[in-house]
Amino acid sequence: MTRTFMSIVKKEFLHIVRDYQTLIIIFIMPVIMLILFGYAITLEMRQIEIAVVDRSRIPQSRMLINHLQSSDFFNIQAYDIPEQQFESYLQQRKVRCIMVIPADFARSLKQERFTPIQLLIDASDPNAANFIQSYLQKIIALFNTENNPQFKFPFEIIPRFMFNPDLKSDYFFVPGLIAVIILLISALLTSIAIAREKERGTFEQILVSPVRASQIILGKVIPYIVLGFLDSTIILVIGHYWFQVPVEGSVLLLLLTLILYLLTGLSFGLFVSTITDSQRTAMLIALLMTILPTILLSGFIFPVPSMPFLFQYVSKIIPATHFLKIIRGILLKGNSLLELKVQIGYLIGLAAFMIVLSIKKFKTSLE
Amino acid sequence: MNEKPLIVENIEKSFGSVQALRGVSLELERGQIYGLIGPDGAGKTTLMRIIVTLLNQDSGKILFQGKDAQKQTAFVRKNIGYMPQRFSLYPDLTVEENLHFFSDLFGVATQVQAQRIERLYQFSRLEPFKDRRAEALSGGMKQKLALSCMLMHEPSVMVMDEPTYGVDPVSRAELWDILKELAGQGKSILVSTAYMDEALLCDRIALIFKGQLLASGTPQELRRTITHALYLIKTQKAHYVFQELRRHFPETDCHLFGEGVHLLDRQNTGLSKIRQMLEQNKLPFESVQQIEPGIEDVFLDLIHRREVEP
Repeated sequence: MTRTFMSIVKKEFLHIVRDYQTLIIIFIMPVIMLILFGYAITLEMRQIEIAVVDRSRIPQSRMLINHLQSSDFFNIQAYDIPEQQFESYLQQRKVRCIMVIPADFARSLKQERFTPIQLLIDASDPNAANFIQSYLQKIIALFNTENNPQFKFPFEIIPRFMFNPDLKSDYFFVPGLIAVIILLISALLTSIAIAREKERGTFEQILVSPVRASQIILGKVIPYIVLGFLDSTIILVIGHYWFQVPVEGSVLLLLLTLILYLLTGLSFGLFVSTITDSQRTAMLIALLMTILPTILLSGFIFPVPSMPFLFQYVSKIIPATHFLKIIRGILLKGNSLLELKVQIGYLIGLAAFMIVLSIKKFKTSLE
Repeated sequence: MNEKPLIVENIEKSFGSVQALRGVSLELERGQIYGLIGPDGAGKTTLMRIIVTLLNQDSGKILFQGKDAQKQTAFVRKNIGYMPQRFSLYPDLTVEENLHFFSDLFGVATQVQAQRIERLYQFSRLEPFKDRRAEALSGGMKQKLALSCMLMHEPSVMVMDEPTYGVDPVSRAELWDILKELAGQGKSILVSTAYMDEALLCDRIALIFKGQLLASGTPQELRRTITHALYLIKTQKAHYVFQELRRHFPETDCHLFGEGVHLLDRQNTGLSKIRQMLEQNKLPFESVQQIEPGIEDVFLDLIHRREVEP
């Protein structure tokens, strides 16, 4: 009976290889997504448009402005705009923030008093507003240490960024992308592959043969495990060599958890295919049920702890939530099995549940 | 093996509130071509799917070579050949790949496969196209390929759901020749069709309508169930004549056919009176003659009787 099984695997591979449009999508899409996330879509901000109003015009204030100018974060768009135009500058998006150095800047500096500098930030994008504030604070802190070496704060927080010292968002996205792509390939393609057989009527023909359900399922699933693996490797290699994403932990552990994660996706795909007969519906259900929650609720972009409680619970049943912790842990932090046992436990549980569910639902008759 | 290849006993099946089959029984002999004749939606496909264990009946029993089909699913699936209504091979696989795949499904040994493929090529004449993808075949060739795939595991009983649907007349004739040959080798074939002319090619037929068998027997026996004279009124304007005739005769006695109108003379009007009537009403016709009833006439008559005497 192993020959029967091999025959199904071989046939499935032939389908994949001959459907070259899908094949191109399978291999090009991850690369495009990687480049998009790696270059275009980034949470870092650079060249923030700023207006500077210098009411004191002393060497120190000019020095502060020079600091701004020389950093890559800010791009000074306008100088000394009149106060009545502040709002219209922000309204028209000419600048995203306005820094106002008061007229008594020099005097208060000499007297070593607290010197307020006003900063107006367009907070219609709250994330960006936060970034702008913290960038400016850093620059001003730098300016202060240079100008008042003898001035001491009572205490100061000196952060050290671990695992990603440059705060590169590629480090965050590349592992996340692997989680999304694998789910896409495993869930979407498996569900379509079976729905397509139903649509073509070939499923009927296969069912009326002595083949067991497990053979059909495994035979259909294995080619997609291979595809998912190839795709993940491509992303990992590009991520590592092009975007310099580190691989701190064990590659073997990563690959093993990858298989586990693939299984959850594949069994979900199988499950979808048991509840629909058309490729179109299968595709929609698979997309809605896998890709959306994975991108929105798993911590791929938005951190889980800041979600409402209900969604935090929901995120626990999304395999990607756990896989993201695993893959980021292994790649960036060099986590070992011990540190990831909870996440791996979740993943095993979810995979087992989905497999049992899909095999139970998978019928060898038409009813 | 003196067990009958297939016995269907009083099968009933409903889908929700729709009664698809209301107690269908039939028996298949060895080497017999059994035709299941009926319009679309009569329940042919449902019956076939139940026989090949794709669906479960609500009640009734199917004995496949003496074994209860519902209980011995694996045995049935191993020994039955099923050709679904739609072309259901892989369009992106070549002819030969399809043949190998379906043989593998049934666990046919590799050496045996080569021999059988060779033999099947002889009758299907598909050998020149063996590397062509199934999607690029003509309708007739597709059906021959589907038939070949089904024959790879040499089933003793075959169930074919409208194998000639959408196939050109030449290929249809070829397919029927193949079926005759297979029956000659002792295989039992249950075949459904909506083409009435194909009914005459079967050894035995069952007329199925709205989930019920109206009648079964040899084509000759069924033709003899029509006791009244049947007349063919040949005319170019069949539709017009048909409409007019329905004013003078009961509507259910007149039927529109390709070459004219069939009039079943249930009231014993007689040929001369019919001709007289046509002439009086100035209806255009070429000739009126008594003809042998076809299966379609039998069918229409049975449906009529079913409605008159429920």
